[in-house]
Amino acid sequence: MQTDTPQTPAPPMLELSRVVKSFGPVVALRSGSLQLDSGSIHALVGENGAGKSTLVKIVAGLYRRDAGEFRLRGEDVDFTSTAQSKAAGIAVIYQEPTLFPDLTVTENIFMGRQPVNRFGRIDRKAMRREAEELFQRLGVRIDPERPAEGLSIADQQVIEIAKAVSLDARVLIMDEPTAALSGVEVDRLFAVARSLRDEGRALLFISHRFDEIFALCDTVTVMRDGAYVATTPIAETTVDEMVRQMVGRDVTELFPKTEAEIGEPLLEVEGLTRTGVFHDITFSVRSGEIVGLAGLVGAGRSEVARAVFGVDPYESGSVRLGGRTLPRNRPDRAISAGIALVPEDRRKEGLVLESSVARNLSLVIRNQLAKAGIITNGAENRAARVWASRLEVKTNALSTVAGTLSGGNQQKVVLGKWLATEPTVLIIDEPTRGIDVGTKAEVHRLLSELAGKGMGILMISSELPEVLGMADRVLVMREGRITAEIDRSDATSENVMFAATHAAAQTPGAHS
Amino acid sequence: MTTATASTATPVRTYRDYDRPLWQRLLLTREMAIVGLLVIVAVVASVSVRGFGQPITLTYLILDVTPILLIALPMTLIMITGEIDLSVASVVGLSSVLIGVLTQAGAPFELAIVVALVAGAIAGAVNGFLVTVVGLPSLAVTIGTLALYRGLAVGLLGTTAVTDFPEFWTDLAKMKLGGSNVPAVLLLFLVLLVVFVVLLHFTPFGRGIYAIGLSKTAARFSGVHVERTKLVLFVLSGTIAALAGVYYTLRFGSARGDNATGLELQVIAAVVLGGVSVFGGRGAIHGVIAGVLLIGILASALRLANVTSDVINIITGVLLVASVVSNSFLAWLRTKRRAPGGTARAKASAAG
Repeated sequence: MQTDTPQTPAPPMLELSRVVKSFGPVVALRSGSLQLDSGSIHALVGENGAGKSTLVKIVAGLYRRDAGEFRLRGEDVDFTSTAQSKAAGIAVIYQEPTLFPDLTVTENIFMGRQPVNRFGRIDRKAMRREAEELFQRLGVRIDPERPAEGLSIADQQVIEIAKAVSLDARVLIMDEPTAALSGVEVDRLFAVARSLRDEGRALLFISHRFDEIFALCDTVTVMRDGAYVATTPIAETTVDEMVRQMVGRDVTELFPKTEAEIGEPLLEVEGLTRTGVFHDITFSVRSGEIVGLAGLVGAGRSEVARAVFGVDPYESGSVRLGGRTLPRNRPDRAISAGIALVPEDRRKEGLVLESSVARNLSLVIRNQLAKAGIITNGAENRAARVWASRLEVKTNALSTVAGTLSGGNQQKVVLGKWLATEPTVLIIDEPTRGIDVGTKAEVHRLLSELAGKGMGILMISSELPEVLGMADRVLVMREGRITAEIDRSDATSENVMFAATHAAAQTPGAHS
Repeated sequence: MTTATASTATPVRTYRDYDRPLWQRLLLTREMAIVGLLVIVAVVASVSVRGFGQPITLTYLILDVTPILLIALPMTLIMITGEIDLSVASVVGLSSVLIGVLTQAGAPFELAIVVALVAGAIAGAVNGFLVTVVGLPSLAVTIGTLALYRGLAVGLLGTTAVTDFPEFWTDLAKMKLGGSNVPAVLLLFLVLLVVFVVLLHFTPFGRGIYAIGLSKTAARFSGVHVERTKLVLFVLSGTIAALAGVYYTLRFGSARGDNATGLELQVIAAVVLGGVSVFGGRGAIHGVIAGVLLIGILASALRLANVTSDVINIITGVLLVASVVSNSFLAWLRTKRRAPGGTARAKASAAG
């Protein structure tokens, strides 16, 4: 076991400054800085895509930084694997821990480093004793002999924390640990976190919930667009100040939104409910209108889109298109009625990656392309050529395997395959995620143009600037419900972000 | 990689249909490799194995491989969706027994055939129901029904055999076309062959089959009826297996519970040898036909050359393993070529 850290003007436990990380042409982290002190709980906040997870992954040894400084207890470090990061005393507790379900709690804690007795056999007694001590220290009651299977997420997190403590991790990073927890469980987690802080460890707490940040943390660092914005003691900041730091930038210029004539309602969703996922979702999309659906990741936006399209079930409510009710669980009927869904995960849901560009572009319209039930490569290629050239997909041949294209070109193929169906309503989930800036602008221009021609567009986006720049109307979801509907003229980063994150509107005085 | 040409400034991009010329697309395929191997084996066998070149050999070869050819057609489609049907040989047995029992009871033979085919369709529908509606893996389901249907077959008829069939029908099964040595049953196969080739390669339904095999999720998001497609294929598989059972019974003039035991493995071996990926999404009917014939000709020629059946099994086994390995090897080669050469080379040199 490691003993006390050097006293007096000790260097910070962990220090990152001006860290850069890019993936091909996409810069995920422009200038990330973070400082964690022992005996303190630090919050890290920012919009989706602000670079928080990239920063955490660099600390965890999953990514290697391209540039910048990374020091641990004043010494330069450069992790090339998660094992190195763990050995250096860093532990990351993820939102949903991955335990071995068939092993006991104790075995999970000591996986891969079980204590052995002098015969070289696993010393179960010692292992169990140590597990009990750990739980006592953390002040929680979990039976160390029960299997991990069936434990609540909260208990699983505690086990991950116990594992970290048994490894004597000096730095604990918790990535949105409370997202799946109930109120009581959150309180217990916070009690554990405070006792770890009082033992002199450094904690990093990533969360979108401001009330929790104010209740638990000592300092907060705000990130935006892959860069450090500010670090402030929690007592010296406010929710409004933090929101302003998270979103503060000029958002209108990037997006070539043209005014379109807004007509009759096309898509009408009423009271859509799926227990535990989304609740009482009511909205409409009119002809020529781009409706932005904003909110944090996990708020239930994509789930609503999938239910409307029919690939996911729902329990009650109705979906109507042009006044006609659509049956549930029937994507084919939604398609023939005129709905198109450009899904969130284009590599898994949007494209048949191992198939050619031509086959992908013609897949949804294969029935229309068939003459007397017979479809030929020629017919597919003709249809595919139209959409490949209209969207300027960068490839030489239509037989190119879709999976070999760049992200932006893959997205164009997905868009093309859906526009080929000539939809009246286009649902597009994260239209520009992971694609380069140039293609991003092309996609935005295309969406504007389609709306101008009378298409109704429901655009789900985690990028606030995109929502504010493109949408005629913004719907905000939080935890499975629509919490706000804001007109284009009234929508600001602040009020959208507020509706997406703030529980205070319903539970006043949550943070004291 | 296309370099960053100014995308908006370029007038209109032109696209070629294919990145390889026609002859390459036609000839440099896995299917054609099997066809080539088939031709070589056939030529070598007819030159070097005494008796192989005789017309009677061809007759028996066709009579022998017909059940495998028939069952391989729907099996190809099922395996391209990424599923499998191991119960086909048991359905052959069940269909054979039903015909025997009904004929014994004095029912008209035509009725017996219809009952056998309907039973096959139901057997396939049960498989399909368990796979698509209940959501169980087809490997487990059809191992179960393999035992179940075989059990039913043996249970119905015990260890006895029914051998008394109308002569008209038994003659029909062995009838030859005109004065030639080609059995007429080949016509039945050719008709079904055309149906399945069109279904798989020239219909929207067939496009759906490939999409399901490559990515079930993407297929579903594109409006393909994943479950319905699979259900239809299992029903087809059961029906064709029952048809093969009718033929099997007439060809050997015997209805027994243990007819065609183990035939499913020969079918699957031939389908895989013919280039159908066991992971789904890849394969073509001409490759499968070549695979069936290759195994059939090889076995027949070796038997004529007095090679024992153990050795024949070993040779077919080696061929099958080699074909699977070569498949993975080619796939590995392709990904290597596709990956940006720079990084691959950089990694190699860094490692060295």
